Amino acid sequence: MAELLSLDFMRQALVAALLVGIAAPLVGVFLVQRRLSLIGDGMGHVALAGVAVGVLTGTAPVWTALVAAVGAAVAIELIRARGRTSGDVALAVMFYGGIAAGVVIIAKSPSGSPANLTAYLFGAITTASTTDLWVFAGLALVVLVGTWLLRPWLFAVANDEEYARASGMPVTGLNIALAVLTAVTVVVSMRIVGLLLISALMIIPNATAQLFGRSFRATVRWAVLIGVVASVGGVVLSFYAETPSGGTIVLLAIAAFIAAAVGTATAARMRTARHRRAAGHDHEHGTGCGHEAVPHDDHVDYLHDGHLHAAHEGHYDEHGGDVAAAADHEDVGTTVKDGQR
Amino acid sequence: MNRPATPVVEVDHASFGYADAPVVRDVSLTIAPGEVVALLGANGSGKSTLVRGVLGLNEQLGGDVRLFGVPREDFHDFPRLGYVPQRHTLSASVRATVEEIVAVGLLSQRRWWQPRLGRAGSTDTIHRCLEVVGLADRADTDVSTLSGGQQRRVLIARAMASHPDILVMDEPTAGVDAANQDVLAGVLARLAGEGTTMLIVTHELEALSGIVTRIVAMSSGRIVFDGTPAEFEYHHSRLAVVGHAHHSGDEADHTESRLAAAPAAGPFDPQGDDHHG
Repeated sequence: MAELLSLDFMRQALVAALLVGIAAPLVGVFLVQRRLSLIGDGMGHVALAGVAVGVLTGTAPVWTALVAAVGAAVAIELIRARGRTSGDVALAVMFYGGIAAGVVIIAKSPSGSPANLTAYLFGAITTASTTDLWVFAGLALVVLVGTWLLRPWLFAVANDEEYARASGMPVTGLNIALAVLTAVTVVVSMRIVGLLLISALMIIPNATAQLFGRSFRATVRWAVLIGVVASVGGVVLSFYAETPSGGTIVLLAIAAFIAAAVGTATAARMRTARHRRAAGHDHEHGTGCGHEAVPHDDHVDYLHDGHLHAAHEGHYDEHGGDVAAAADHEDVGTTVKDGQR
Repeated sequence: MNRPATPVVEVDHASFGYADAPVVRDVSLTIAPGEVVALLGANGSGKSTLVRGVLGLNEQLGGDVRLFGVPREDFHDFPRLGYVPQRHTLSASVRATVEEIVAVGLLSQRRWWQPRLGRAGSTDTIHRCLEVVGLADRADTDVSTLSGGQQRRVLIARAMASHPDILVMDEPTAGVDAANQDVLAGVLARLAGEGTTMLIVTHELEALSGIVTRIVAMSSGRIVFDGTPAEFEYHHSRLAVVGHAHHSGDEADHTESRLAAAPAAGPFDPQGDDHHG
């Protein structure tokens, strides 16, 4: 580890990985919520054309990629807002046009080489300069602050666009803002994760977080934690294993997802075995429903014909672990009629 | 703040729909403060289009819409408007708790550069709204695990969070089991008792009997009935007679002229059965 930290470019790489690990899942959660998981991938395709233009003209590829990706982001939202069925095809044309133009332009530029292309597509942090790193850090900060400020509105629009519109929120503007934040994240991440893999770091940590989080807030925290562990861990691992950083990061994120999925499935099976659901319960408990409310640890049970009923998801659970209640919990369905006050 | 004389909703000869295919044509409707209006009609009669048009969610093709006396384009006092859309507008691809969904209802009172409203204050409001809809003990539950009726009540709580002067609801009782329908009717009765104006698109008038003060029925994009529940009952039974007579081919003269313009079939059109087959 000391060896790793003694290298300038590795220290820079770790800082970059930390920023990307926070920003990508933070923006990605709203893409998952809007069911646009693959949109980051498309923006990466278009950003490649921008990179190629930068390489050809000798300008810093970060800026040309940023212009291309942000342009694509705005175009995507405008096409989607019009809601035409042909919009889907228009997006495909734009995305594949971007990557094809990128490949062709890079091949024609004096400093272009296949290695150069691979570095942008799949990530190669060791090629980033200190200036690059400052630019990335600045852009990552823009993404973090922007997403944080707009978070309640992005949530509202992604959760229920129709309600957001009826409440007077600038829905199209917010959708464009999210697309632009996505585009900036794609560009910020291209050196570390690569344009073809960045979408994975936006989506997979969020998929994993769905398994742990019980609320939106908790889900986002988990996703950022998993994103940081995968990206920083991936950079360290790629240093020792001498593998490309992008692929290593994404494989690590996928490994975390599989481990979490298996773990939570096993835990859920064990929980279901212990959880008793009140059968045939066609009454909704609440204040003044006629049943005695009994505080029980962190929640309220309702005393319903000798049974303690606790709200769980869309139904009621039998609470109170005494053997008698466990033995006759089948009776709930038959006694519920006279329980209605 | 309330000027009682100003109607809450005024729709004046308005048409809504898609550019070349209006769904609702030349409709006029005025709702006074405190009225609880049930908007009835078969699927495709244009009732949802009308309500969405009033809220600015559908293209307006002509006429005027005023909310609280202000033309809709200039209306920005969104906290006064509580909208309860159909449940399937909620995205379930990411977890969100009941409390987080209801908190969205507070956003219309806030600009993006403003800091959060006092956190304690907003939590209080959210819990009061959840109390009203009977979901206080489910504040931390993932909404997607709730039953349809419970989700409906979450959406009502969200709409209530900004203390609106009118609640606009799109089929709040559709697909809701009996136990939840009772709770829902209780919630709406309580809100009506507090003087909240309501516009409710529904198929199930029975669930709302005793709450509704006025019934508006639509058919083929036009309003074909507008009156009290008692008048509707009478109209209903007459239609039944007319519908019956229609078979034998006499008594056609007794049909009111506006009924002649009501060719739709549906649960509130007793002629419906004739057309369904």
